[in-house]
Amino acid sequence: MSRPSRPSSESPARSGPARHLLRPAVWVLCLSPIAKMAVDGVTGRLGANPIEALLNRLGFWTITWLALSLAATPAKELFGWTAPVRVRRLLGLFAFAYAVLHFAFYVCVDKFFDWRTIGVDLTKRPFIMVGFATLLALLPLAWTSTDGWVRRLGYARWKRLHRLVYAAAGLAVIHFLWRVKADHRRPLAFAFVFGLLLAVRIPGWLRARARSRAASGRTGRELEGA
Amino acid sequence: MANWKTDLRESEVTPEALYLGRREFLRLGAVGALAAAGPALAAQPSGPALPAGKSRDFASGEKPTPWDSVTTYNNFYEFGTAKEDPAERAGSLATHPWSIRVEGEVKKPQVLDVDALVKAMPLEERVYRHRCVEAWSMVIPWVGFPLADLVRRLEPTSSAKYLEFETLLDPAQMPGQRRSVLDWPYREGLRMDEATHPLTLLAVGIYGRALPNQNGAPLRLVVPWKYGFKGAKSIVRIRFTAAMPQTTWARMAPNEYGFYANVNPAVDHPRWSQAKERRIGEFFRRDTLPFNGYAAEVASLYTGLDPRTLY
Repeated sequence: MSRPSRPSSESPARSGPARHLLRPAVWVLCLSPIAKMAVDGVTGRLGANPIEALLNRLGFWTITWLALSLAATPAKELFGWTAPVRVRRLLGLFAFAYAVLHFAFYVCVDKFFDWRTIGVDLTKRPFIMVGFATLLALLPLAWTSTDGWVRRLGYARWKRLHRLVYAAAGLAVIHFLWRVKADHRRPLAFAFVFGLLLAVRIPGWLRARARSRAASGRTGRELEGA
Repeated sequence: MANWKTDLRESEVTPEALYLGRREFLRLGAVGALAAAGPALAAQPSGPALPAGKSRDFASGEKPTPWDSVTTYNNFYEFGTAKEDPAERAGSLATHPWSIRVEGEVKKPQVLDVDALVKAMPLEERVYRHRCVEAWSMVIPWVGFPLADLVRRLEPTSSAKYLEFETLLDPAQMPGQRRSVLDWPYREGLRMDEATHPLTLLAVGIYGRALPNQNGAPLRLVVPWKYGFKGAKSIVRIRFTAAMPQTTWARMAPNEYGFYANVNPAVDHPRWSQAKERRIGEFFRRDTLPFNGYAAEVASLYTGLDPRTLY
């Protein structure tokens, strides 16, 4: 699999056989909910309304992988962990894959290609419009997730585009919040987690802004001096 | 309309849930066979048997939903908001002895003992369609007696225009009530003519057995032409009132849930369509019927009223 193009600091302990197990481990982790759905489906453990159960599970894991991928940078900044950053892209792509599955399940199974109802849903039901917007926000991120695209866009532009992930996270939480009838605990828990993951980044952003301000300040003085 | 049930003696009939459960699994083919082999085989009706007299099918011969689904897929937020929570947690509810206070615009306010009530009222089985506001539905063979019979015995005064029902409030027994996900206790209400309509049932059992706790034991309301949330469960108080009662879901979200809550495919819930429903156990959605298929029996109660206000 391709390596991330940004250099990342790695302690000696991170090399060795365990290193090679990281990506397969994430694959296993991210595919395990699908396996569980299949097993539960076959053994009749999806309850009386299996379609609703599967749709909800697919949505839950979408937002969970999204949260995990957004936790990678804070994990590095706060604890110095490099492993999450190495699989950040993979986690994000799994979030996108689950989002596609969630939407496809809604269209193909829950609504069974009832285009009229789907059309009404997408134009008249705010929580579904927000959900669809989440998918649309994740689409360019998945599309440009490769190293090739980082080179094509240039890192700075690519990084700006990938700020869309914050919009996707916010939209996903709103979609979840507006979907539930009365019990807002889970959506609010995700909102709290995303809020935290956002807040943790702020010091880093402020430092980066200060650095770039300092750099342009020096350039100004040099030009004056010349 | 199927009258076969009344022509058979109880002892001759295969336990319905077992028969229907197996048939449903076989219909699903290989998947069903595997499901039948594991612990997920539809559980049989269990619990104390009730002496139900006649049985009447009000579901146009549609297949009753298996016992396992009826008793493990419940909206009973007093025990948690997940569908499987009530079945997992309702065991803590003590349903005997159980008192029901009768208050308000009635000649003799009193306290009823539910066991005495069940003995006094002739019980019958009614197979009704049950439509949840969430757009899923079931067919349930309830055991109970017409609310009209109880109302007649209670002798409401001429000022009584509505009935209000109240569910038990006891966070010690009902863990979901420790959080105010809804304004406890759960309250529901009916107009007097709705309450005394022949279809309105006070149910004490399903499938010939006493109501499992998660289905609203020991006594609950069943109004088959309305969305299921109108069917207050585990009733502890019945109050006759002159003014329209404040109902829990209508207070919680007045733009989404009304007092009447008549099933109407033409009036959408703000967040989802009500035109179709998922019949539990079926793959394809069905068209929802006006008044849940009971239009012939109840539409006359609402002539002259704008159906859009009766959500």
